[in-house]
Amino acid sequence: MKYFPLLWATLWRKKTRTIFTLLSIVVAFLLFGMLQGVNAAFQQGVNNANVNRLIVTSRISLTEPLPIAQKPLIEAVPGVAGIAYASWFGAYYQEQKNFVFATPVDIDDYLKVVPELKIAPDQVEALKRTRTGLIVGLDLLQKYGWKVGDRIPLHSTIWVKKDDGNSDWPFDIVGTYDFTTDRSQNNGALFNYSYFDEARTFGAGTIGWWIVSVRDPNQSAQIAAAIDKLFENSPDETKSQSEKEFAQSFLKQFGDINFIVQAILGAVFFTLLFLTGNTMMQAVRERIPELAVLKTLGFSDTKVTVLVLAESLLLCLIAAALGLLLASLLFPMLKDYIGAVKLPTSVLVSGAGIAVLLALATGGLPAWRAKRLVIVDALAGR
Amino acid sequence: MGNIVSLRKVAKRYTRGKEVVEVLHSLDLDIAEGDFVALMGPSGSGKTTLLNLIGGLDRPTEGEVIVAGEHIDRLSGAALARWRARHVGFVFQFYNLMPMLSAQANVELPLLLTHLSAAQRRANALTALTIVGLADRARHKPSELSGGQQQRVAIARALVADPTLLVCDEPTGDLDRRTADEILGLLQVLNREHGKTIIMVTHDPKAAEYARRQLHMDKGALVDGQQVS
Repeated sequence: MKYFPLLWATLWRKKTRTIFTLLSIVVAFLLFGMLQGVNAAFQQGVNNANVNRLIVTSRISLTEPLPIAQKPLIEAVPGVAGIAYASWFGAYYQEQKNFVFATPVDIDDYLKVVPELKIAPDQVEALKRTRTGLIVGLDLLQKYGWKVGDRIPLHSTIWVKKDDGNSDWPFDIVGTYDFTTDRSQNNGALFNYSYFDEARTFGAGTIGWWIVSVRDPNQSAQIAAAIDKLFENSPDETKSQSEKEFAQSFLKQFGDINFIVQAILGAVFFTLLFLTGNTMMQAVRERIPELAVLKTLGFSDTKVTVLVLAESLLLCLIAAALGLLLASLLFPMLKDYIGAVKLPTSVLVSGAGIAVLLALATGGLPAWRAKRLVIVDALAGR
Repeated sequence: MGNIVSLRKVAKRYTRGKEVVEVLHSLDLDIAEGDFVALMGPSGSGKTTLLNLIGGLDRPTEGEVIVAGEHIDRLSGAALARWRARHVGFVFQFYNLMPMLSAQANVELPLLLTHLSAAQRRANALTALTIVGLADRARHKPSELSGGQQQRVAIARALVADPTLLVCDEPTGDLDRRTADEILGLLQVLNREHGKTIIMVTHDPKAAEYARRQLHMDKGALVDGQQVS
């Protein structure tokens, strides 16, 4: 601690250069925080997947419908505890950018298979009573300032109503849900499959995917194989996966986010390594006589080495802290797009670790040079 | 008083490319505790090399260097650094202050290597600045001080850890006559009133007059010695 004033003064010896170096590291860590945050948020969705559930889709594609008649056949597979279904509605509210993940379901089946979804019993009953009823996630309700009792239109980009040829579907909000194990999922909505199926112009009697709960997660692979075997060589072949595998393959449709994030950050930090390393080398080169004086006064080679490394560490940690702080402040703005509201702690911890590695990598060579500095040569300007 | 510096058959050779240059030849020297020695001689005569050996900044190729009772030619790098911190104060021609630190922070630098508290370090640095007459400039950066004032700060830095020996390399080489006389007067006071042993390299005969003893070097050897007072 007693060396801190010396380190601090040394760091700000060339203010402009330090500010620009600091800014470049701040931007790099801001980018790191945001990108890793997005990556972690997506991964969180995968990690939160329930091990007791399988998702059964058409073998052809997620968008290919499956007949609802498959339900009793799947239910009869040994080890299956429950079955629910859902479909892709593709809705937005008022403007296309206001995407709403609204899903038609049979609410009783759905709650049996997804017990972590909490809805007040009277609101479940209200949904069953109200054909156009809609149960809205708490965050979605808050986002648009809706309240229970409101009638709202949702525009479907796929489904047209057969009674009026309109894609605007009216809904009555009858309740709210809270997804207790993953609150990032509180931005969706559920409505009656019966309303959806009766009103749409095409696709009646089909669903988008099955959600199957299993009694023993260790039997998941066998049960998935058994389900797929049921529909082998039929017009509606299925692909059964664990919820985690499904979440991963769903993410892959956007591209390999993890790879893209790592590639961008790799390029950023590789550039930063040279930039900061060069700055540190230059800073030490300019201070050779001063470092020689420190050694003259009795600072050992090791002490001078540690001082140079500590300077690099101070610069990188301050900049990383600022960058990650900015990322923490900006990250909640992505809530509408990725559902996460807080930059995961793991991102902050790994950011701090990378800052330390960056400091050691960029300060290592200058520190080694400072260690090897010969006092009489340095003082003589040789 | 006993000798604080004893050099026995000290030789120093440098290798510059393929050429070997012998800067000091089998040199013997004794300096008593409390002495003020001016080391004079033409450029290239080996004055600064000798000073560097006595100050523990360099090592002899041959011979023994005993300073403050220690065979410093036998110490490891880390031990030699600790020895310098404890026994030697350095004053350079171009002051060599840290430009980003205040006068007080510059003077405190050697005390960072001690176990003194921050308050004690500040107090000792202020005392040293008071001795050199610069207590009122404690918060000034080197760039805000004149050459003479900077050299006083450098002397305060050399003094603050109460070293056994002050080693000065052309301390007035960058100063005008009047300022040089002030600095030399200060060194004389430190020697006579505070009992500091001082070894000073200088080209300036007037500066050498402030010393108790003048030693002349030529071609890597001592040629004579003159007692001034």
